[in-house]
Order: sequence, then structure tokens, then C-alpha cells
Amino acid sequence: MTLYSLLVAPFADYGFMRRALVASVALAMGSGPIGVLLMLRRMSLAGDALSHAVLPGAALGFLAAGGVSLPAMGLGGLVAGLGVALMSGLVTRTTVLREDASFASFYLTSLALGVLIVSLHGSNRNLLHVLFGTILAIDATALYVVGGIASLNLVILALVYRPLVVECFDPGFLRAVGGRGSSYHFLFLFLVVLNLVAGFQALGTLMAVGLMMLPAIIAQLWARTLPAMMLIAASTAALSGFVGLIASFHLGLASGPTIILTASVLYGASLLFGPSGVVRRLFPRPHLAG
Amino acid sequence: MKGTTFIGGLIVSATLGLTASAASAKTLNVVASFTVLADVVKEVGGDHVQVKSLVGPNGDVHEFEPSPDDAKTLKAADLAFVSGDGLESWFEKLAKSAGYKGKPVVASEGIKTRKMEEDGKTVTDPHVWNSAANVIVWVSNIEKGLIAADPEDAEDIKASAAKYTKELQDLDAYAHSKIGAAPKDKRKILTSHDAFGYFGKEYGLALLSPLGVSTEKEASAADVAKLIDQIKKEKVKAYFIENSNDPRLVKQVADATGAEPGGELYVESLSDADGPAPTYAKMFRYNVDQVAAAISK
Repeated sequence: MTLYSLLVAPFADYGFMRRALVASVALAMGSGPIGVLLMLRRMSLAGDALSHAVLPGAALGFLAAGGVSLPAMGLGGLVAGLGVALMSGLVTRTTVLREDASFASFYLTSLALGVLIVSLHGSNRNLLHVLFGTILAIDATALYVVGGIASLNLVILALVYRPLVVECFDPGFLRAVGGRGSSYHFLFLFLVVLNLVAGFQALGTLMAVGLMMLPAIIAQLWARTLPAMMLIAASTAALSGFVGLIASFHLGLASGPTIILTASVLYGASLLFGPSGVVRRLFPRPHLAG
Repeated sequence: MKGTTFIGGLIVSATLGLTASAASAKTLNVVASFTVLADVVKEVGGDHVQVKSLVGPNGDVHEFEPSPDDAKTLKAADLAFVSGDGLESWFEKLAKSAGYKGKPVVASEGIKTRKMEEDGKTVTDPHVWNSAANVIVWVSNIEKGLIAADPEDAEDIKASAAKYTKELQDLDAYAHSKIGAAPKDKRKILTSHDAFGYFGKEYGLALLSPLGVSTEKEASAADVAKLIDQIKKEKVKAYFIENSNDPRLVKQVADATGAEPGGELYVESLSDADGPAPTYAKMFRYNVDQVAAAISK
């Protein structure tokens, strides 16, 4: 097998492979940086919670549109996800409850509501299959949605980068200089939900979180500064998409899980060989040798 | 187990109520596993049966999750019908948890089944009803089951079974003539589910499918690529989306190959009352018309 037929031919020969690749690169651009911020805020699991929160909205969108409709399901998911994010934020800032506790209570409520709505549909039709796409079935519309969300995401992130970072590391300072910390926090949660909505069209919610968090965690193993971490996260996510698709094509494995497991392999390698990894720690470089 | 006792209580009271009314009105309270079978039972039983389908319209009979309500319905039934051949894998569990003592009538008994490949294993294809000839066998099994449970109304049941069998024979002939009218090398369609196997075999239609018989498997890029190559090579002109499956992947494949959408087929469930396939006869005729129109293009 030549290098061309291994790496290029699948994409040159098949439109669905090209669209899948473009979608995963777009997702990577959006989710990578967001994942890094999530992780630095110690909210690595909040993404998971929010992804479940999206379910009832997407289900309602599906039922309202009477079929698979990306705009309806996306909008429904966005509203439900934002609702949970806002409510948990509100409860956290007004009661004694911590953020993780409020996230847990609201996402569980939302998830239960979603399952109820799906089963209320009466026929037990396998809505979950329909709700969550496979990356191989991405069409032009889905590509525009994913691409649009990724672009919007990057623009917003660029505009509020400073206050967001300050809010992340030193909220007290931001308040002292007159910044409105909570509004940035909510804007950030909005971006998280937006990316998850983009991701569930392509990979399914669970997979979407995987592509968001794993590359971010890998990035922390390699880099020390925030811009470098974001860059590494985005490119690792894109690389996982590429390698995962290639593996799925040649080995006949289901595409979504293969992409995430590729990221997991990269994570394992980074754990071992990264600058703060196991190998470096066991065999430290001699100090000032030579 | 508090819930079970509670449901059990409900079931007992429901059963008492129903047996009382059944004795006086001579109406059998019948449960069928899914909508297609329910409709055929209704046709055969006529006024002497009250039929309830466990899986609802547009539902997926493979991945059905029974609710306590379904257990109640089953427990209260005088008679239950399943298609059999592994279609209703959930039925046994439901019967057990509902405390249903009777033995369900297996409608597909005596049908010459075809085998199909699923995950590398050869299994019996349970989707017998997509050939009208097989449904004639269903009718005779249902007739026997109903008469055994309600011997007093045997005459009526026999008459309506004979009438319905005639209708099925007409449907069978209709399908043969419609599909047979197309040239042989054009009788090929792509559908997202191979529940249509008996239809294909009986009426001479070649079927290509992007997924296996089960709705569970997630496709790999290799599968999709193989299918696209196959369609291009075989020059398939039309594709159909099954009404209880994810249509996006099929559309994707069709876009890549230039095959055209042939419309929606109803292969595993009826539609609701205002849909195009509220009864088995209408569903069958609708499917035949859709396929015939697509392959004669």
C-alpha cells in the first residue's frame, strides 16, 4: 500500500470522507480552545453534563419539525443547554451550592426530561439514533452549521479573550478593575453549549465532549502558556479526526469512536513522553551536562 | 418490589373487569406485538376482537422497550399474537414480568423462511409480512387461534378470513404484475434496512443495503465506501428510506452516487390513521406503487 492510497486516496475518491474531514477540522478549531478554558476552570466534567442537557431540546426540535431537521434540533439543543447553564450559574451565585452540584442537578433533570420526551413519542421509535448523527452522514447543510459555529466561536473568543482569561485565573482582580465577571462566564458557557450543539450533529454528544476535552488535556501535558495550549489542543483534535477517519476507512471500524480513541492514544503517548510525562520524570536529563 | 405489587393489583382488577365484559359481549380482548400484525388480526377477527398493538405506529419492533402499561395490556388480554422467528425478542421478558400465563399464537408458523446474514451469522429473516403470500399463512394461523379461543363465532371468523385471504391474493397478483412490468436489469433498489427481503425475493427485486438487518450497528467509513462503489458499479437508480431509521446516511450515499430518492417505504410498521399506510393492505399497495414508480423511471 503506497502512502498515497493510505492517506490521500480515501479523501480524493469519496465526497463523504472529505466532508467528514472538514467537519472534524472545523469542530477541532472550535472545541480545542474551549476545552482548554474548561479544563483550566476545573470544569472538565461540566462539558459532559452540558452535553446531556442538550438532549430534551434536540428531541423537542425533532418532534416539532416532524423529522430530522438540523436547524430545529440545533436550536432546541441550544436553548436547552443554555437553560441548564444559566440556571446552574444562577443557583451557584445565589445559594450555598457549588457549581458542580448545581450542574449535576440541572443536567440530570434535563436528561430525564429528554428520555421522557423521547419515550412519550409513543412508538419507542429509536429517536436516539436519529438525534445523534454519525460523522459519515454529514451533508452540506450540516457542514455550514458546524463551520458557522466554529467561526463564530473563534471570533467571540478573540474579542473576549483578555477578560475571559482574567476571569479564569483571577476573578477578584477583574471585579476590582470593574469588569463584569459573571457576564463573561455566561458568554463562555454559551460558547461551550454552541460547540456541543455543533458536535452532536457530527459525532453524537458523548463524542463531541471527547473531542473537546481530550485534546485540551493533552495540550496541558505539553505546553505552559495559554496560546500554545489552545494551538496544541486544536491541532491534536484535528489530527485525531484525520487519523480516526483513515483508520475507520481502512480497518472498517465505526468512525465516531475511532476518532475519540485516536485522541485517547495521543493522550496515553503524551502521558508517557510529554515534558511533564512519566518518562522524563523517571529518566531526568542530567543537569547542565556537557 | 412495591411497584410490581401495585401494578399487579391493577392488572388483577383490570382482568376481572375485562373477563366479565368479555363473557357477556363475546368480544375477544386481543394483543398483537406490532401494528402490521394487529391490523391483520383485526381483519380476521372483525367485530369479535378488540385489538391492541404493543408497538405503536411508526415504532421500531426490534428495539421496543415495553412500559408498565404494556404489561397491563398483555396481562388483561384473552389472546396474544406475535409474528415470531426472533422478531419480538422482548416479548418473552414482557410476558414474564406481566405474569401472562397464556401461550402467544405465533402467526408465522409454517411460513417458508429465508436466511440472512447478520454480523457474520446466518439468522432467520423475521420480516415475513412484506410478501403478501406469507400474510395468507398468517391469516390461517390467526384464524385457528381465534376460533380456538372463541368457538361460538367460528362461522363469522372463517368468513372474514376467507374474504381477507381473497384480498391478499389480489394484492399478491398486483405486486407481481407491477414489479414484473419493469425490465429485469432495472429491478434494483437501495434501502436503509433489509426488512424488505421477502418482498425482494417474492417479486424479483434486488436489494442493496447500507446497514445490516439490525438498526443497532454504527457504520464505518469502509462500509460506506464499499456501498458507494457497489451502487456505481450496479447502476442502481432509486433508493428508499425506511420509516424507522436514520435517513441521513442513506441520503449521503445517494448524493455520492446520483441515485434518486424513491420516497418513504413502510416495511415494519403502519403509519398513523392519516398517513399513507394505516392498514396492511394500504401499506402493501403503497410500497408496491412506490417501488414500481421508482424502477420504471
